[in-house]
Amino acid sequence: MTRWVGASVPRKDGIGKATGQARYADDLVFPGMLHGRTVRSTVPRGRVRSIRLDFDASGFTIVDFRDVPGRNVCDLIEQDQPFLVERDVRHMAEPILLLAHEDRERLLSANVAIEYDAADAVFDPLRSEGVLKAIDIVKGDVDAAMGNADVIVEGTYRTGHQEHVYIEPNGVIAVPEGDGVVVYGSLQCPFYVIKALKSLLGANRHIRVVQTETGGGFGGKEEYPSMIAGHAALLALKSGRPVKIVYDRVEDMVATTKRHPSIVRHRTGVTRDGRLVAMDVEVVLDGGAYVTLSPVVLSRGCIHAAGPYRCDNTRIRGRAMFTNTPPNGAFRGFGAPQTEFAVEVHMERIAEALGMDPVTLREINALVPGDTTATGQVMHDDCSARLVLDEAVRRTDFRAKRTAYRGTNRAVGLSLFYHGAGFTGSGERTLNSKARLDLTERGVRIAVGSTEIGQGTRTMHAQIVAEALGVPYETIEVAQPDTSVVADSGPTVASRTCMVVGKILEECAAEMKARLGGLSPSEYFAKHGGFSVLKTYEPPDWIQWDDHTYRGDAYATFAWGCDVVELEMDRDTFEVRPIALTAVHEFGRPIHPALARGQIEGGTAQGMGYALLEHVVMRNGEMANAQLTNYIIPTSLDTPEFDIVMLENPYPGGPFGAKGLGELPMDGPGPAVVNALRALALDVREIPATPEHLAECALR
Amino acid sequence: MRFTLNGETRDASSPPMSRLLDVLREEFGLTGTKEGCGEGECGACTVLVDGAPVCSCLVPLVQVEAASVQTIEGLGDDHPLQHEFMNEVGAQCGICTPGMIMAALSLDEHPTLDDIKVALAGNLCRCTGYAAIYRAIMKAKSQ
Amino acid sequence: MRTAISTLAVRGATTVRQALEILHDEERTPIAGATDLFVALNFGTLTMRRFVDIWNVDELRRIAVDGDTLVIGALATYTDLIRSPMIAARLPMLAEASRLVGGPQIQNRGTIGGNIANASPAGDSLPILSAVDAVVVLRSVTGERRVAFRDFYTGYRESVRRRDELIVAVEIPPVPGRQWFRKVGTRAAQAISKVVIAGVRDGQSLRLALGSVAPTVVRARRAEAALAEGRSIDEAVDALRADITPIDDVRSTADYRHLVSANLVRRFLTETR
Repeated sequence: MTRWVGASVPRKDGIGKATGQARYADDLVFPGMLHGRTVRSTVPRGRVRSIRLDFDASGFTIVDFRDVPGRNVCDLIEQDQPFLVERDVRHMAEPILLLAHEDRERLLSANVAIEYDAADAVFDPLRSEGVLKAIDIVKGDVDAAMGNADVIVEGTYRTGHQEHVYIEPNGVIAVPEGDGVVVYGSLQCPFYVIKALKSLLGANRHIRVVQTETGGGFGGKEEYPSMIAGHAALLALKSGRPVKIVYDRVEDMVATTKRHPSIVRHRTGVTRDGRLVAMDVEVVLDGGAYVTLSPVVLSRGCIHAAGPYRCDNTRIRGRAMFTNTPPNGAFRGFGAPQTEFAVEVHMERIAEALGMDPVTLREINALVPGDTTATGQVMHDDCSARLVLDEAVRRTDFRAKRTAYRGTNRAVGLSLFYHGAGFTGSGERTLNSKARLDLTERGVRIAVGSTEIGQGTRTMHAQIVAEALGVPYETIEVAQPDTSVVADSGPTVASRTCMVVGKILEECAAEMKARLGGLSPSEYFAKHGGFSVLKTYEPPDWIQWDDHTYRGDAYATFAWGCDVVELEMDRDTFEVRPIALTAVHEFGRPIHPALARGQIEGGTAQGMGYALLEHVVMRNGEMANAQLTNYIIPTSLDTPEFDIVMLENPYPGGPFGAKGLGELPMDGPGPAVVNALRALALDVREIPATPEHLAECALR
Repeated sequence: MRFTLNGETRDASSPPMSRLLDVLREEFGLTGTKEGCGEGECGACTVLVDGAPVCSCLVPLVQVEAASVQTIEGLGDDHPLQHEFMNEVGAQCGICTPGMIMAALSLDEHPTLDDIKVALAGNLCRCTGYAAIYRAIMKAKSQ
Repeated sequence: MRTAISTLAVRGATTVRQALEILHDEERTPIAGATDLFVALNFGTLTMRRFVDIWNVDELRRIAVDGDTLVIGALATYTDLIRSPMIAARLPMLAEASRLVGGPQIQNRGTIGGNIANASPAGDSLPILSAVDAVVVLRSVTGERRVAFRDFYTGYRESVRRRDELIVAVEIPPVPGRQWFRKVGTRAAQAISKVVIAGVRDGQSLRLALGSVAPTVVRARRAEAALAEGRSIDEAVDALRADITPIDDVRSTADYRHLVSANLVRRFLTETR
């Protein structure tokens, strides 16, 4: 029995948020602060011919690429994306010039005229010749096995861009400090910003990054904040004054990252009795104009592309392509929602082709312990595909509903999915994440760079430490992520903050407990003073991964989910009303059941928006509906009733049995919705399944 | 421009067409009211004007002359809605929370789930899928 | 480019007379609930820099029945319309439409006069006013005139309102027969219409208007005439194609709007047969 782990204790940050006292980036004001603005390209591709300032420049700080003291590239996986255009423009809304002024009205009304020599732009990844990253996963002999199949089913599946719509847009403030800056900002990964700023401003310069309360991230504040932080830092260094840049909603939507659009082609050989014998999958992602994180998104997408199924002969060929749109980036799920959409709709079509019940097809092929995934990873007891499938089908009476709703405007649809927790393959070993616990006069303090972005990092980490130390949860303090104070626990991404960072903290707490020698933290401090425990993450020693062949243990473990959605469609308007959604998830063990439920409900709602509503309209490489009036996310009245089931299957490699959870809920709703629509006799193969698209499907 | 702000008479000196949101945040330092979209779509800037929820990003200062404006700060820190938003994890990232609470204030006691959904239809939340918010309001309004 | 707020001038009025005198003195844009104003200012699409604030002209907030005419003051908000027993009794589809405008925050500020004046083709109340042959009451310092709603708009976001005139009310003659309203928005709430339809059916008499399918709200004259001539529902739906001129935009497509308009008119005709 645990006392703190498994209890829904009050959030550490609850009262501040409920009273309006929590301070977000735009709530901070510094003496002498200027407001910053980014002047952006208005062509998708071309060369800057001239720049003319059509305003009275008095009181303005103006920065262009020549003001960069270090390297004018955002240091991420590659070093190809400039902070400021030097000559060549590769996408709409690319930053060219920075302005700052203390009067926001003057700043916003300053007109800059830029002339370009426009060049031809490419927007269709299938027409692009620029391969940003290629990945091939090969298991068995697909071509030979395909020849032995009874039935071959082919299909192409598409997903669109998705905008994060964190309700707080991107914002930072750079404040001169020493020979450098301190950046306060809304962000997920403070140490990413450090790395980018060291490159931009010079490695020896003083740079500190402090995460302010962050109004949602979902991946949208993983890599992008490095860009806006760099801009604010350049303006702050040149002006010698604090500079705040907060995007308005339009700029945030037009200029920042989105989920990668995908085109996934499946060719699958099956036996008449429903066994998958060969899966041939091609994944194409639209990467946008720069590399950013696309190689890793492609990687996760490809690894999940065969779904949670057993198939001895699998080939997955992935390509991420350059196009002339703003770079696409991290978004909850990170490639997996796209490829799992494709495979789950494809499974439905295979069942249709075989005249087989879609549940039965999944029961036959779902991974069980002893099976291997596409990369050859052997499944162990932490494989729960059948567990979640069986429970979801039983709980919703899925088969009976399928029959009962036939011929009506109501339908049920199902999806089975999984999500690898933590960084892929050897990623966690390379990251070498650290966590630290401090014994202070106030008690015990957690000092990690993992950020609270709403998901409950502070609370969940404090529960783990309280449990492992055997002290009350309330006495655990969580340091604000300030890179001068906290240990670099790696980025707050990839469903790793609980499973990986939580695990290091558990070990720190165990060591601290041993050193306390039976004394309470305050007793120990009174007697001996404070101390700190710093530990580094040790991935499970059995993980074997070859990054060249893409063979081996892609993830330490997977979390599992099965969604069943029930919906109704109006046959006159093709409007879809989701009525109920049952989500059965297994993610080890919830540290905080109410927070975990919140992750599932919130991720599922995001997935429902992705499935039905969220359509990024791109025109000439620019988002044309960049307003919350026209980019449609679900309101309270668009969101169905949720039935959330958290099945437990404790994972020994995580703290108190926990796996990663944050991204899993995003993978299921898209295919579940489309599979329900397919039961209404519409041949839908893409999302968002807007009424306009459904009307087209009906008329085909 | 004189009006009542959280029960106190205040004089604002911002230009008359300033957004009430900016006046609250910048002139009076009440940053609990948030800006999410600037076009009345997300409800993060919801405040009460003469008891009715409005989007403060759409109200020019001139229109609150002699009116009574209430913001999240006016609720203090001991309101049942605040407690239940905490207990039920109705707040994740928290940026929509003040607006949600201000919108929920207008609900009568013992609301139905449909009442709550309708009352919150003008407030977007991207974290919770709304379910925990319903639970929080249901509990707070049933005490 | 965002409009500089400090450059904007506003005069307040608390009576209609005051407001009309201000409008007589110089050209100013009246603002009521201001729900569309800041969107335009944010995008810098509003050229006018002078405004007259009529939000506090309480005499324009009245909803009343005068003889057999329902008179809705221009400043009646959507919330007022939702709560009014007179609207519920005489024009329930307007209450229904009001519930679907924005969220409660917008319903508390948005006014019917503003919806008429803003002249968006997607204005949710406008097909209703068109279908019931409403009359817009315009007043200036020199007098008052009544304009049939069908004559009010002259083009995309253009109307016969003179710059010195204020919309003070909209009058609704008795509406015999069944009312039918359907909004197809971008989502279940906080939605802008992709197609919005209002109809009135009284025996063989039929009135039908649509929004978001043309530069202004349109009365489906050809479809109405087809039915008046005793032609079939199919023929009426065919005739509708020529009544509307929908376009592709960021919210929907012309094809979808045609299809849904036809389907909904068919549903209306079937349900009210």
